[in-house]
Amino acid sequence: MAQPNSLTTPPPGSDVHMVPAGAPEPVHSAAFPPFETHTFLAQLIWLALAFGLLYWLMANIALPRIQGILHDRSARLAADLDQAQAMKAEADAAGEAYAKSLRDAQGKAREIAQGTRNDLAAAAETKRKALEAELNQKIAASEATIQSRTQEAMGNVRSIASETASAIVERLTGQAPDQASLDRALDSTATAH
Amino acid sequence: MAASIDPGHSVALRPDPIHQFELKSILPFGHLGHQELAFTQSALYMFAAVGVIALLTIVATSSRSVVPGRMQSLAEIFYEFIADTLHQATGDGGKRFMPLVFSLFMFVLILNLFGMIPYAFAVTSHLVVTFGLAALVISVVVIYGVMKHGAHFFGLFVPQGVPKPLLALLVPIEVISFISRPISLSVRLFANVLAGHIAMKIFAFFVVGLLSAGAWSVLSPLPLFLTIALTALEFLVAALQAYVFATLTAIYLNDALHPGH
Repeated sequence: MAQPNSLTTPPPGSDVHMVPAGAPEPVHSAAFPPFETHTFLAQLIWLALAFGLLYWLMANIALPRIQGILHDRSARLAADLDQAQAMKAEADAAGEAYAKSLRDAQGKAREIAQGTRNDLAAAAETKRKALEAELNQKIAASEATIQSRTQEAMGNVRSIASETASAIVERLTGQAPDQASLDRALDSTATAH
Repeated sequence: MAASIDPGHSVALRPDPIHQFELKSILPFGHLGHQELAFTQSALYMFAAVGVIALLTIVATSSRSVVPGRMQSLAEIFYEFIADTLHQATGDGGKRFMPLVFSLFMFVLILNLFGMIPYAFAVTSHLVVTFGLAALVISVVVIYGVMKHGAHFFGLFVPQGVPKPLLALLVPIEVISFISRPISLSVRLFANVLAGHIAMKIFAFFVVGLLSAGAWSVLSPLPLFLTIALTALEFLVAALQAYVFATLTAIYLNDALHPGH
């Protein structure tokens, strides 16, 4: 194997450190690379070029584009939200209209039902009244008949009683009582009742 | 190259957790005084990060779908996350800084995550890179603050409702705390990434070391589990530090927008 200080050819790339050419290469211990001041100018130049390029790309292309994308998206979202809001309002209005027509129809139906009920009730009432009047009339007629019949019957009762009484008296005494005393006796019994 | 050492061999023999932070030149351009100019793997990773971010935020959003796909939705999540963070810190006036904060967040995040790929290079483990970003932030704060508010911007250093004699003490403290901002901002990110990568490497070396230590090799699963746990922690740190960097940037920018406590 290769020993230190051997003459073996170093692999390519191992001797291209920024150590001044010709100086004997120390074993990486010469200086701390970040503090090797002779590399500073070149590093700063490359940094300025690279960062300048990056800044230019970002400021002129990348950031305006990303900003545009984000702006477009938020605008699109806002528009979509507005549209959704409008549609929702429309749907709400339609729902309201539906509820209103439903309410109207229900009201109308109730009205019709009430009207019908009223008509039917009125018809029934007139029919009932006519029937009642007829019945009352019949009742009155019947009562009058009953009255007259009663009176008639009551008259008959008196004549029957007087005939019966005169017949009983005639059988018991053998002679007919005079009409006047018979009437008196009948009257006294009638008032006694 | 006479005395170079087979790095694979040296890794097995001497654990060197610093090796991973070395810059490797891909395309050398020569020297400018003491400075060595070269296209390094660090620069390659930076441009790769730019490419990945562009892929995520530009290619993935090219269809501009209202209903996003997976990648577009990821890009939108990042955008909204940073926009919210910025808005919370700065209010409505901070919108103009969205590209800056978003670029910083994505750049740091992707570079941190690149660093988590095995054998990859962590660009944010170099202080000069994080300091460059932090200096950019503070420069923007100062320049924008002075342009917008003029001298009033320096009211930032004068706390209100404080007795005059105390101001002599407090104003220097405020100035020092303001100056230390780019330092703390850059060192926080740099140190987190650096320390995390060193820790992961060291524990991984322990596994190898124990395996080659005879009977002690039965203990080798312990550092392995630690390495796994550390790796998970480092993923958290990678995302968290990017977020911290972006949040602090937003808070500092708020000072430029609304100076005066």
